[in-house]
Amino acid sequence: VTDWGRSERVEGLLDRTLIDFLYHLWFRCEVEGIENVPSEGGALLVSNHAGALPPDASMIAKAIKEEHAYPRPLHLTMEHFFKGYPGFSMLLPKIGAVPAHPANVHRLLCDEDQLVLVFPEGAKGTEKLYKDRYRLRRFGRGGFVKAAMRARVPIVPIAVVGSEEAQPVFAHLSGLARLTGLIYAPLTPLVYLPAKFTIRFLEPVRTDDFGPAHPAPWEDRALVQTISQDIRARIQRELFDMIGKRDSVWFG
Amino acid sequence: MRVLVTGLSTYWGGRLAAELEGDPDVEAIIGIDRRPPKVALQRTEYVQVADAHSLIQRIVEAAEIDTVVDTRLVVDSTVTSAKRAHENNVIGTMNILAACSGPDSPVRRLIVKSSAHYYGAERDDPAFFTEDMRRPHPPRTRIERDIVEAENAIQDFAHAAARVKVCVVRFANGLGAGMRTPHTRVLGLPAIPMILGFDPRYQFIHEEDIVGCLAHATRAGLEGTYNGAADGVLALSEVCGLLGRPPAPILPPWGTKLAASQLARAGLRIPDEMLAQLRYGRGLDNRRIKASGYRFRFTTREAVLRFRETLRLAPMLATAGDGYRYEREVEEFLRYSPSVRASAKSEPRLQNLAPGGRAEGLAALAPPPDAS
Repeated sequence: VTDWGRSERVEGLLDRTLIDFLYHLWFRCEVEGIENVPSEGGALLVSNHAGALPPDASMIAKAIKEEHAYPRPLHLTMEHFFKGYPGFSMLLPKIGAVPAHPANVHRLLCDEDQLVLVFPEGAKGTEKLYKDRYRLRRFGRGGFVKAAMRARVPIVPIAVVGSEEAQPVFAHLSGLARLTGLIYAPLTPLVYLPAKFTIRFLEPVRTDDFGPAHPAPWEDRALVQTISQDIRARIQRELFDMIGKRDSVWFG
Repeated sequence: MRVLVTGLSTYWGGRLAAELEGDPDVEAIIGIDRRPPKVALQRTEYVQVADAHSLIQRIVEAAEIDTVVDTRLVVDSTVTSAKRAHENNVIGTMNILAACSGPDSPVRRLIVKSSAHYYGAERDDPAFFTEDMRRPHPPRTRIERDIVEAENAIQDFAHAAARVKVCVVRFANGLGAGMRTPHTRVLGLPAIPMILGFDPRYQFIHEEDIVGCLAHATRAGLEGTYNGAADGVLALSEVCGLLGRPPAPILPPWGTKLAASQLARAGLRIPDEMLAQLRYGRGLDNRRIKASGYRFRFTTREAVLRFRETLRLAPMLATAGDGYRYEREVEEFLRYSPSVRASAKSEPRLQNLAPGGRAEGLAALAPPPDAS
């Protein structure tokens, strides 16, 4: 177990069995632009987020492991909620998830030169209904841009197609959510549907060329929001582009 | 350097005084407490005094103390009542600060042993606390509240009295042969209770390193706040594995406090601070104290492994007495009688230890001197 609570054994076991099966056979992941993920140094990966129990994070991690010339571990960020919920709290850190605290992200990116994956949409992305599929939600408060700028690492936007159909959310059962204390309890297929996954890594956005450290560029709200909106727009455009070229939800 | 150690009868006070005795730079060591020390000391002078600031101030001025080391803080809410802990932690700290202040006070340095309970353990904590972080929520338990209040008083003092260098060291949970904390008690059980569905991250510090950090802070004249925690973080399930004891997830995730109060009735008291840690865990960033020049002797893993050796030895030592009793007349005779030869004072003396006592068994576990 590493200092972050990541366990090679649990992660390896899950990777060899379930993730491997999902990646190759179930979702038949197709990866484009993997060379946009840097081989060394920290980088912040930003992706769209969907599916009631989102499979996109583990598929992106697996894609980097399988396709990248220098496979690197990827740290996923999770809602603090999961740290406080029994079961999730035990399992998720073991497979490389860390609570999405700015200090954690900064330490990983800047001091440990790791890859970190964030979903700026957060729960708003996963709880959106099927009719809203592939329409990006608000990108938080731009905290991810701030984190990348402070650590002076590039941001790699990612567009994932397929996760919306893998586990569409049809409705919300608010009563059940209240009863179990979960953030949401969706009406959704209990197993993933075999949608075809396409993961496209986009050109990295540099964050270290916004002038000197004083005054700190990440304190400039307008700049942070602009970059955040730009990245969101790019992912949205790529998503529509990929869907436009897709013949079938199930076969790509 | 002329040092005053408060809380001499606590484990830390005694150990630190013993450590500083070997340092030729330390001219005089004076220990104060309500109760006599529990470890054999060679040249430390013990003064029995409650923490009334006027008396402490007189001692400080009379002995021209320039360094005060405060080891008195109670961080274990099971050893005493909340009221007395508050009295000791908050009022006691204020008295010490009052004794160190004043325009013509000889005190130039103040070192305070604090606790990582200052940060608490919450859901939205960062994975590693740095010294500049504050807790995300107000303190939940009385001990935590006391610690935060005491630290705030110390920070205010540091701002007000510019001539005094103030150093606060916040320690993670300690492990070691001589310590009695809720954690050593729980980890000594045949099966280790956990909260169902949680596997918290834990960081420990070996008792030698706690003494080492305090001695380092005293010698090097550190200023500011430092985290004292060993390298490496373990999941509690890993700690169980290292100790060779099965984890027992007997505490339910909901209604944990209720279950803990039932356990307390059965004789196992788990304080609220520890329940929070069993749920969320805590990690400290120790880079600052390492940058100041301190080298930890043990990592978290080594501290746990050493603790396992202690546990194996514990049944043999269970019936042994502490082996040492402070004898006022003897100590005074040895220090001040004209009949005692000067050479005898500097030589290591035979200590009044009973053979096979606890102290001896623990001495066997102490690391070899070259480890430092």
